[in-house]
Amino acid sequence: MSGWSQLQFELWDSDDPIPRQELLKKVKGCDGLLCVLTEKIDAEVLNAAGPNLKVLSTMSVGFDHLSLGELKKRGIRVGYTPEVLTDAVAELTIALLLATSRRLIEATHEAKTGGWGTWRTLWLCGYELADSTVGIFGLGRIGVAIAERLKPFKVKKFIYTDVAPRPELAAAIQAEYVSMDELARQSDFLAVCCALTPETQGICNKNLFSKMKNTSIFINTSRGGVVNQEDLYEALSTGQIAGAGLDVTVPEPLPTNHPLFTLKNCVILPHIASASYTTRNAMSALAANNLLAGLRGEPMPKELQL
Amino acid sequence: MFRCTVSLWDSDEPVPRAELLKGVEGAHGLLCLLSDRIDAEVLDAAGPNLKVISTMSVGFDHLAIDEIKKREIRVGYTPDVLTDATAELTVALLLATARRLPEGIQEVKSGGWSSWKPLWLCGYGLSGSTVGVIGLGRIGLAVARRLKPFGVKRLLYSGRQPKPQAQEVDGEYVPLDSLLCESDFVVVSCALSPETQGLCDKAFFTKMKTTAVFINTSRGAVVNQEDLYEALTAGQIAAAGLDVTTPEPLPTDHPLLALKNCVVLPHIGSATYSTRGIMAKLTANNLLAGLTGEAMPSELKL
Repeated sequence: MSGWSQLQFELWDSDDPIPRQELLKKVKGCDGLLCVLTEKIDAEVLNAAGPNLKVLSTMSVGFDHLSLGELKKRGIRVGYTPEVLTDAVAELTIALLLATSRRLIEATHEAKTGGWGTWRTLWLCGYELADSTVGIFGLGRIGVAIAERLKPFKVKKFIYTDVAPRPELAAAIQAEYVSMDELARQSDFLAVCCALTPETQGICNKNLFSKMKNTSIFINTSRGGVVNQEDLYEALSTGQIAGAGLDVTVPEPLPTNHPLFTLKNCVILPHIASASYTTRNAMSALAANNLLAGLRGEPMPKELQL
Repeated sequence: MFRCTVSLWDSDEPVPRAELLKGVEGAHGLLCLLSDRIDAEVLDAAGPNLKVISTMSVGFDHLAIDEIKKREIRVGYTPDVLTDATAELTVALLLATARRLPEGIQEVKSGGWSSWKPLWLCGYGLSGSTVGVIGLGRIGLAVARRLKPFGVKRLLYSGRQPKPQAQEVDGEYVPLDSLLCESDFVVVSCALSPETQGLCDKAFFTKMKTTAVFINTSRGAVVNQEDLYEALTAGQIAAAGLDVTTPEPLPTDHPLLALKNCVVLPHIGSATYSTRGIMAKLTANNLLAGLTGEAMPSELKL
């Protein structure tokens, strides 16, 4: 940190998120704020911070917890962490997909509780990627990375839907642009990779699930708000789709008595998609560097265009 | 059209030994699973009519090959058709172990999930890693192909000799010791033989990195389970994933089942609807070809 004679920072030094009242108190007069996705940075926080605040750095690629309009209005710059977490997230998405399609959680449970007899032909059979059609809802960096990793599993076809075709990204993975309806109808595996926006809020609902194959697997590692959880429960419990894997829910954490937990064919992870040691280190370094660049008035390594 | 009389053990439970010895008397052909030990006792009980054994597996460690060869009985098995499903399950197990999925799910169900935290449940990623495959056969190579796009930096393998097909995955042939010292992920994919029995023992685990993940989807007996337990509890290796154990099933009070950093699956490597269907057909066709003295779709060279 050469060239820095004075940088004062205040650290919320706990694993648990900062309580709202503490946050509103501590941001007063700050020039910069580094946050994680559990902090809702809205007008209330920005007003509490006051006019000194010139940079907000989030340790995430998602920014649905930030009120962009309010930030833009106040001329505050925003740093975030795209790309450094793409590998870890794509990897976890596939881990979740395979754990769901090959029934790993049911299987480990049987092994621990005495359900394991001897080798049987049809016991715990799952659905194979070989010869399948994989659909991606929202083709960005993470969607492409997922498709690249799935290719050698002998996937027959990649399809995607998005607000508009993404020809450059699609070319890298030879994916065909289809409507949302077609994505539902054709996919054996459907991975949701879009950002959470007013348009995508609750978009994975009974309209989508009712069109999907009853042998299909639904995976969401984007944001919980994209999925209508009641409709998902219906679809899973009535056999409209074969299984679902979620790394994100509404709320987070999901209460332990939530109906989705009663379903054998629903796998729920506690939002760990970017949780690898190297990736979290890279994210924190990037978030710090974004913050410092913003404070210096310099270009950020990764600035969010508002 | 060829007709035969079939005696079927029609239960999910394996045929008891005494029943098997009675049932094989005079049989011309025998279709079995990997849970049926076909040794001299069974072959003697069957008698001289027996000319073909067809197993619904690619592994044949449950067959007494010398005894079978002596009696000039032909053997059918199911290579290739289960390669994709098994390689897929191996990768699934590796990812579930490395990224701590069962632990994560347990935390979720038991109320351990409070909020997003930077270091909670962090695991080991494949990106930039070195993967070592012990036994680069059909399945080992299929696993290597699937791991490559995860950003694996180096793919090492060991075995009796180098394999030309390793070039496809930029595989480097190295001595076993080097593989163990340098790998972040060790995947065991070799056949069970007298040479590989108990291969993964204390000396093996001692050489591995303390951050390494060990995966076995070959046969349980390749691993010394007591030594593995020691290695996992002493932090000699980071975690292990097993689809095969000794015995199968593993008793529910086995110490390995109580470890957070050990994932045990009940031998489901080839368990997909499509693959099991294909395996069943191939096994039947191997048997029928053996009975009519024709070329089998997949005959095991004895």
